[in-house]
Amino acid sequence: MIKLENVSKSFGDLEVLKDISLQINDHEIYGIIGQSGAGKSTLLRCINGLEDYQSGTISVDDVTVDLKDKKKLHLLQKEMGMIFQNFNLLERLDVYDNVALPMKFWGMKTKTPEAKKKIEDLISLVGLEDKIHARPRELSGGQKQRVAIARALVLDPKILLCDEATSALDPAITRGILDLLSKINKQMGITIIVVTHQMEVVKQICERVAFIKGGRVLQIGKPEELFIRPAKDIKAFLHEDSELLPEEGVNIQLFFTDESADEPVISQMARKLNIDFSISWAKLEDFRSNVYGSLVINVKEEDKDRVTAYLDSVKVLWEVLNG
Amino acid sequence: MSNVIWTSFQQTLYMVFWSTLFSVILGFIPAIILTLTAPDGLRPNKIVYETLSLIVNVFRSFPFIILLVIIIPFTRMLIGKAIGTRAAVVPLTVSAIPYIARIFETSLRETDPGVIEAARSFGASDWQILFRVYIKESIPRMLNGVILLIISLVGYSAMAGTVGGGGIGDLAIRYGYQQYKTDILFVCSLILIIFVQLVQMLGNYLYKKLS
Repeated sequence: MIKLENVSKSFGDLEVLKDISLQINDHEIYGIIGQSGAGKSTLLRCINGLEDYQSGTISVDDVTVDLKDKKKLHLLQKEMGMIFQNFNLLERLDVYDNVALPMKFWGMKTKTPEAKKKIEDLISLVGLEDKIHARPRELSGGQKQRVAIARALVLDPKILLCDEATSALDPAITRGILDLLSKINKQMGITIIVVTHQMEVVKQICERVAFIKGGRVLQIGKPEELFIRPAKDIKAFLHEDSELLPEEGVNIQLFFTDESADEPVISQMARKLNIDFSISWAKLEDFRSNVYGSLVINVKEEDKDRVTAYLDSVKVLWEVLNG
Repeated sequence: MSNVIWTSFQQTLYMVFWSTLFSVILGFIPAIILTLTAPDGLRPNKIVYETLSLIVNVFRSFPFIILLVIIIPFTRMLIGKAIGTRAAVVPLTVSAIPYIARIFETSLRETDPGVIEAARSFGASDWQILFRVYIKESIPRMLNGVILLIISLVGYSAMAGTVGGGGIGDLAIRYGYQQYKTDILFVCSLILIIFVQLVQMLGNYLYKKLS
């Protein structure tokens, strides 16, 4: 378990992390989302000791991340693999040697049959068995990130840190990398922390997510909660605003979760209450293969109470947007 | 005559070979110190970096012909005499050290900072990063620098003829230029051109192979 308690950090006068507290459970895929400059990459670097923090505590499995205690930090770093936006492979080493590199840093032999099997198995896991002796420059972006993933797993870490790992990749390749990360999480039970500004990433793989803005955590929750019922700041991040909604009548936003998304709630309501209303706005989102939706309907003032009573009776969450 | 040319060519090779070898070995050390203590290095240290940088700059800005003369006492102390092909290796080496130090420093510091960060994230020590990342990734660039050095040392070795170093450049000046033997001037120039070409071709080949 990774625990952050009241973590703050500044670069000179600039405060980049402000009083951050969060907790990441074992075997979880946890997202940290926010715009560029929100402090999310810095936060990730504090977790594995690439950067120091000024106050608060970070602990990984009850061991404090402390840059002054080099020995302890060194052992902690072995528990955490990391992948990067620009892959960061060594240009002069082939795929095999890139994957083997962290073992060399730990004084392990990389040419013994066991080591060879381990490295080759990891390269197969990421689907690059036919590229084992290729140099990074012969590989595509997605393939490079796969090599980096294999490299990050070679020391048998418990945690995988992903720093904007798919930001340099196109959507189809991103999907492939995210599927691979999911597979690693399920098969090997590795905790994964994903730092990203792409909401598709969070939607596709994260079980929980923290939204960060200006160095502060604004909201923590399941991605479906965050995206279907976003707080005001998050709405701005998602480029959603309510300016396009009609000014007449009452706008009611409905939230559909897993179970209710398939039900014909709207048409049933129209029939049962015998009222007319218009649909002003709607979206459906796919979260880890579950569909969640949100809909705004515009009803007449006099129908408002009947509509909300009906929605309560069928257990659909709702919220009145104006008035 | 061809005998004289052959002897002179051997002298050139001798001067260039040994001064390259010594300066690469000796220039490597300040290059590493500069890389480590640079503001973006593993052990940033402004005082060490600026001081060493200044020394390198001072030596680099010395005109070679002047350096040649002022280090005569040093040369004599080192190898017992100040004249001859062997003696010429000393000023050539001294002038080449800061040059190659700067080239190596630039090559090393071109290493992708992301790769260094990745190595740190896997728990690499500073020494491991220096040898397994900085130096390993920079080898092709450093080789390019050595080729550049060899070619400029061919030019400098012609000047070293003035302290009795001999060599093909010296032959071209003494026979070809001062005694109006245009054919010798021509042959000597041709030999140098071919030599430089060959060195460059070898360098390009090795660069491709190593990178």
